[in-house]
Amino acid sequence: MASSSSYNSPCAACKFLRRKCMPGCIFAPYFPPEEPQKFANVHKIFGASNVTKLLNELLPHQREDAVNSLAYEAEARVRDPVYGCVGAISFLQRQVERLQKELDAANADLIRFACNEIPAAGLQPAGIPPNLIHANPPPRHRSMEYNRPRIDGNGGGFYQTQSLPYAYPLPWNDNYNPQGGGLDGNF
Amino acid sequence: MNSSRCAACRHLRRRCPSDCIFSPYFPSHDSKRFRCVHKIYGASNVAKMLQELPADRRAEAADSLYYEAYCRLKDPVYGCVGTITILCQQIHNAQCQLATTQAEIASLSAHSGLQNQYPATPTFNLIDQYDVASANWSDFNLQ
Repeated sequence: MASSSSYNSPCAACKFLRRKCMPGCIFAPYFPPEEPQKFANVHKIFGASNVTKLLNELLPHQREDAVNSLAYEAEARVRDPVYGCVGAISFLQRQVERLQKELDAANADLIRFACNEIPAAGLQPAGIPPNLIHANPPPRHRSMEYNRPRIDGNGGGFYQTQSLPYAYPLPWNDNYNPQGGGLDGNF
Repeated sequence: MNSSRCAACRHLRRRCPSDCIFSPYFPSHDSKRFRCVHKIYGASNVAKMLQELPADRRAEAADSLYYEAYCRLKDPVYGCVGTITILCQQIHNAQCQLATTQAEIASLSAHSGLQNQYPATPTFNLIDQYDVASANWSDFNLQ
């Protein structure tokens, strides 16, 4: 995290807004002067005052992740003014569905193959050799679980994740808590 | 002037002109929809974004803005980026499972001597890790 206000150089936000970058500037830790486009995008889509309000409602340790995810969404919206991030979600959902079908087909092939190839004397009472029991097609609910984000907003269900090729640093840290800081849905 | 104001004009406490940019997409019966987008983006930013689009794309844009705003209100830290993360993880997990299963099939087929029927090398379609920074966004459409 950069803290431009502790030096003479204003943060990217204050430079953009043409104002003095005061000590304690809420933007300074997250919008270093070397990344002017990051704030430009966020300001264009969300507006500086809305971002200030959002950050003020979060705990300090949550703000960096929040800013990075806002920057991600803003960049997505700038690139695709119609769909923004939702375009990516739609694309990825289709990938998940396609892979699930492939996985189901592969598991079915494996079982068929095993049943056709293993002599009856070598089978367990269930008809599957012990070394292939683990290859049974997993129940669908176990293989991939996600809540399909719908336009009415009934998404949710967050899990631990690994890194992604983001344009900005990862918007989360090791303490990623999907339930942290959320509103109760009343707005 | 509309005798019935749209949800945006009602929320903003102003008259709703006949050419109101909001009214086709924020009907009066769904006040939550406008409140969401207003809280996250602000009315003027939403109006600007809609005005910059051709009229036939505005409905989809309003829907996606609402979805993202809703996600951000539910999860103020990650918003809908959390959903993207989960989906990428699920894709990765599924690819690994698929690779394992196809390797098992290949191994069994090699063992049984049916290499012509089942190839020894697992074949599956790997999708590239989704790279937001370089993606061609215009290819993506809402389902």
